[in-house]
Amino acid sequence: MIDKKWIGHEAASSTLTVERGRLKFFAKAIGETNPVYSDEAAAQAAGYADLPAPPTFLFAAELDSGAMFALLDQLEIPLSKVLHGEEGFEYLAPVVAGDTVTVTTRVKDIYDKRGGALEFLETESVVINQDGATVAKIRNTTVLRH
Amino acid sequence: MPAPTFDSISIGDSLPQLTLPTVNRTMLALFAGASGDHNPAHIDLDEARAAGMPDVFAHGMLGMAWLGRLLTNWAPQAQLRKFDARFAGIIHLGNQILCTGKVVEKLEHNGERCVRVEISSMNQFGQLKIAGTALVALS
Repeated sequence: MIDKKWIGHEAASSTLTVERGRLKFFAKAIGETNPVYSDEAAAQAAGYADLPAPPTFLFAAELDSGAMFALLDQLEIPLSKVLHGEEGFEYLAPVVAGDTVTVTTRVKDIYDKRGGALEFLETESVVINQDGATVAKIRNTTVLRH
Repeated sequence: MPAPTFDSISIGDSLPQLTLPTVNRTMLALFAGASGDHNPAHIDLDEARAAGMPDVFAHGMLGMAWLGRLLTNWAPQAQLRKFDARFAGIIHLGNQILCTGKVVEKLEHNGERCVRVEISSMNQFGQLKIAGTALVALS
């Protein structure tokens, strides 16, 4: 069982500089063909300062830094037994190429269902940009199957 | 297609659907690199089997990214306020995913006129893979 003492625990922050090349690679990987996501001129014509990070891109920040995997390791949750349960984003300001975002994650809840056959880890993250503005809030539910 | 406006949208309206190519290993490898999710269960058959899975399978966040495309094909991303997904089933190799969405509510949120959209992704057998909602501001 995941130790409930971790509820409220704040993981190490992750900082990611959002690069144009990375966004173009991400757009390719999800099959995105709208030029707003791969052509700087099209993005600017659409009113963005630079290529926008697609809606789910911010999830990458904690994966790149290793913070998400480190948190699972710290809570003794084996990666081979996890499934993604839920994910949610609240958008407060745009994130575009050239921005540097910092994600800080806190353990919101830990609980189990089906007599412990499934355990759930809920986290909440706050994403701030280089100017200190909160640009997004992210919630995640990870499922540990036994 | 012109961008939707609050007055032109009715509850029950459908978003233009999005059909994805059949899921294959290359898609998973590219998404692992682009997203930073290097969990070997998605890219290494041996690791997937060791974890009790019959084969590698898609990242949940790849399925959610496709639903993101459904939303931003319909209304500009700058108007997206919230986007939530519940992963109901694993997307497997060979699945052909269809993303759909429907307007279910018109409301005011933080002083803005918005619509709530219910979205889902299903495979070619009609099995639900992701159920979600989004809040989109419309002028």
